[in-house]
Amino acid sequence: MNRLMISAVAVLAATTALNAKTDVTVGLQLEPPHLDPTSAAAGAIDQVVYSNVFEGLTRFGSDGSVNPGLAESWDISEDGTVYTFNLRSGVSFHDGSEFEASDVVFSLERARAEDSTNAQKALFAGIESVEATDASTVVITLAAPQGNFLFNMAWGDAVIVAPESIEDIKTNPVGTGAFTFSDWKQGDSITLTRNDEYWGAAPALEEATFKFISEPTAAFAAMMAEDIDVFYSYPAPENLAQFEADPRFNVLAGNTEGETILAINNKVEPFNDVRVRKAVSIAIDRQAIIDGAMFGYGTPIGSHFAPHNPDYIDLTGNASFDPEAAKALLAEAGYPDGFSTTLKLPPPSYARRGGEIIAAQLRAIGIEAEISNLEWAQWLEQAFRGYDFGLTIVSHTEPMDIGIYARPEYYFQYDNADFQALIEDLSTESDPAKRSEMLKQAQTIISEDYVNGYLFQLALTSVVNAKLSGIWADAPTQAVDLTGVSWTE
Amino acid sequence: MREASFLSAALRTRSLVIGVSLTFVFALGALVSLIWTPYDITVLDIASKMQTPSAQHVFGTDHFGRDILSMIMIGAQTSISVAIIAVGIGMVLGVPLGLAAAARKGGLLDEIIMRGNDLVFAFPSLLIAIMITAIFGPSAVNAIIAIGIFNIPVFARLSRGAALPLWTRDFVMSARVSGKTAWRISAEHILPNITNLLIVQGTIQFSLGILAEAGLSYVGLGVQPPTPSWGRMLAESQTLISIAPHLALVPGFAILLTVLGLNLAGDGLRDLLDPRLRRAGR
Amino acid sequence: MLLYATKRLGSLIISLVVASLVIFACIEIVPGDPAAFMLGINAQPDTIAALREELGLNQTLSQRYLGWVGGMLTGDLGTSYTYRSPVNEIVADRLVVSLPLALYALSLTVLIAFPVGILAAARRGSATDVTVMGATQLGVAVPNFWFAMLMVLVFAINLRWFSAGGFPGWEDGFFAAMKALTLPAISLALPQASILARVMRSSLLDTLSEDYIRTARAKGLKGHQVMWNHALRNAMIPVLTIIGLQFSFLLAGAIIIENVFFLPGLGRLVFQAITQRDLIVVESVVMLLVFAVIIVNFLVDLAYAWVDPRLRTRG
Repeated sequence: MNRLMISAVAVLAATTALNAKTDVTVGLQLEPPHLDPTSAAAGAIDQVVYSNVFEGLTRFGSDGSVNPGLAESWDISEDGTVYTFNLRSGVSFHDGSEFEASDVVFSLERARAEDSTNAQKALFAGIESVEATDASTVVITLAAPQGNFLFNMAWGDAVIVAPESIEDIKTNPVGTGAFTFSDWKQGDSITLTRNDEYWGAAPALEEATFKFISEPTAAFAAMMAEDIDVFYSYPAPENLAQFEADPRFNVLAGNTEGETILAINNKVEPFNDVRVRKAVSIAIDRQAIIDGAMFGYGTPIGSHFAPHNPDYIDLTGNASFDPEAAKALLAEAGYPDGFSTTLKLPPPSYARRGGEIIAAQLRAIGIEAEISNLEWAQWLEQAFRGYDFGLTIVSHTEPMDIGIYARPEYYFQYDNADFQALIEDLSTESDPAKRSEMLKQAQTIISEDYVNGYLFQLALTSVVNAKLSGIWADAPTQAVDLTGVSWTE
Repeated sequence: MREASFLSAALRTRSLVIGVSLTFVFALGALVSLIWTPYDITVLDIASKMQTPSAQHVFGTDHFGRDILSMIMIGAQTSISVAIIAVGIGMVLGVPLGLAAAARKGGLLDEIIMRGNDLVFAFPSLLIAIMITAIFGPSAVNAIIAIGIFNIPVFARLSRGAALPLWTRDFVMSARVSGKTAWRISAEHILPNITNLLIVQGTIQFSLGILAEAGLSYVGLGVQPPTPSWGRMLAESQTLISIAPHLALVPGFAILLTVLGLNLAGDGLRDLLDPRLRRAGR
Repeated sequence: MLLYATKRLGSLIISLVVASLVIFACIEIVPGDPAAFMLGINAQPDTIAALREELGLNQTLSQRYLGWVGGMLTGDLGTSYTYRSPVNEIVADRLVVSLPLALYALSLTVLIAFPVGILAAARRGSATDVTVMGATQLGVAVPNFWFAMLMVLVFAINLRWFSAGGFPGWEDGFFAAMKALTLPAISLALPQASILARVMRSSLLDTLSEDYIRTARAKGLKGHQVMWNHALRNAMIPVLTIIGLQFSFLLAGAIIIENVFFLPGLGRLVFQAITQRDLIVVESVVMLLVFAVIIVNFLVDLAYAWVDPRLRTRG
């Protein structure tokens, strides 16, 4: 009798467990063009496949830490140039084939090959050779020590792919992750299903659907109608207050690696004069931009560095809002009546709305910034590659990218030999204390040179169904890691 | 005496009176905005954003704290000028093409012009507009070109159709006999006789132009900020519609009423100018 | 008739060739490199060059034009730069949304416009006529994307009768799919129905004032008999012409509505392809749409000429 009771209870428990939802629908603003993270820059690819379908030797944790991925552990030689990775055993690709050291060699060689189409080829530039010493050991030799090599290997562009699946990787990705790719309705959604052979802890979700909704209004409506459970990186900050007020939803406001800057063309007149750049920087009221364009979401920054980084120093004081001083500086630089310039704005709302506010603020000190709204392709062509701009607004979402200021050909064309030397030293330095010191120095140099107008750190705002847990609040990389997501009910 | 009866006939045409009044209101708003608006819309006041209509701001303020009435007034200027110039392009290029085709009816020129017309009609207009802005970048000028191109065949077809029967009429015959060239006949005899028709069609195309400009601006292809346009105001208010519905309602109604006004005016004009239709009681 | 058909066929082919040249030329001068777009801001120049090679962008202009046209003649629209799958498949996927949407909207248009137009014509000058025609004036003047926004607000967000957008696919059942297309179809149909109702009414009034109708009346036929037997049939020619035009408009002109309701349709495909510089998709789909309209026009012309021999001389 007793036993019967117990088994009845067990059956009941089992059925309620079965009734708990095991599928999730995630809204994303952009649809990936294809599904190969190693041959395009589109963040949307990583959002769908990073850590879910594909894994690398190392992987990012939700806090941005670099953790073991397909490499269980590693040894670094004394001089910092030889990395020996010990790979996990018992890992297989979704097509059933065994994951081995040769796959790592294949993936890295493919990424750094001459005809590689890897969007972040620079990540692999320091690699001299990649060798498989046995089936579960890979030895990577670097030309010179690299302080952030393990960090580089955690990028979505450095994931391990299956050689035999490479032909179809763009439409049928085969990885080692906790979810397998199952279906893509182009223009609508991508579905992943749980990989029951997964080497790590089994995820709670059985099925995940990514739905692509580019219109912010449609995103709002779909979320409100509970057609979707999560909207990752919700595109319209103006709606967040409504979601916050609604008990059905939680709003996650986390950090991103996106430094949003008013980029200044340092080579063209009159911006080649630091006084003019400073005038522009202090004519900008950052708080008005954060309130007006982002509805309060975003942290003011004073240099090109993420505030949540331990090496961050607050330099916002270098460009405190002071329109009178800005006018004086302009007069001193020989522009008492101001001047006209162009302000080229890519599609995201931070740029479009922020641009209108900045144009109005610059007008107050006599600078006429003529706005042109561009699509990304036009922006890349004109501003980024053609240097044809005075001012532009972009959020630089790559992590730890202060090194771009050491590239004089980079679109804002900042050319400072001291800074370049500093970054050169930094790339070979592996002592943490010294690295930290150098990073702080780098932040200070570009802040005091007023290379660009530093606006704010982009916030990651996601709207999540209140019953769902485990969605990353922060975005150390573009990823919607679903391995730890579950329904609480 | 004849003018007085024309005027009284006009005043008795209800749709004409309503239409012209509506159009007049918006045209007046646009004209006034050239010299004065209630507030300066180039100054942003984030602190007082999204206010509901009040005595200070009759239509409230937008997401940057700008006065919506002022935005609507300048937006009217944008809409009207883009649409007028686009229709102008269509008329200036389309009417001569249509007249030429009619003058050379059945000839090679006629064939080329009419096939060219069909070809332009066959292109999906919005897609072409998007491509034009992808090539030349978004601006008011490119919006005008995109709308203007599709107005050319409208006027070419209309004027050819209207001119053809006139070529068989006695006064044209006699002009021909007196040795006038086809060009002179078209200009001196045909064109004056199809003016009414062109005015009526022009009004309709004008209203379509306003709608097209709104659509292009809505997808971000029209005039660039800070110059306001109704379509972009709608696009920008879209995500705010559940918080501040007036941001979307005001420009929407502005478009609706302007287009309605022009359509009614067009209908009224047709009734007035075309005696045959007046007799038919429409 | 045969001669006329041959002549028309000749100009049809010339039209298509001209169209293909115009489209190709436009696409070629669009600034923006698809490879650079795909690889983003950290890409190295050699990587971009490698991708251009892979995409076949390094061929000469004439090679690419002939390759494109040749492919189309054999029914192959090429391979999408961004999606890396055949354009044929992509277009087919989008057509199963766009075509039903256009048909749905067109059916609604006809279902609204016919009764309204007939009613207004039958009661010409009455209060009904004035009210109904006033309503159609409003319908013509409403920007349909604005109307769509308001419908989403009311029916999807507030009342929750419909989902806010998206398309579940036909495999989820006919009614689920039709439900997803309902709000978009209504937004598309409203202005079209208003136009069609007005055409219907004036066309009916035109035929009712013609002599043979008067004769029929004089012979003692009752009002509604005249309406149904004679006027309606004769009034259909302009109405059908308008319906034909509306269908091709609905197929390609739904871009904005497809965006509002995030439907994976043909219009949104081209819109996205332009911003992503997926040029092969843009040129192929635009060509396809132009081709469809030209062919329909050709068939309509032939049909007219067959019905009315006088038209054949018009050239």
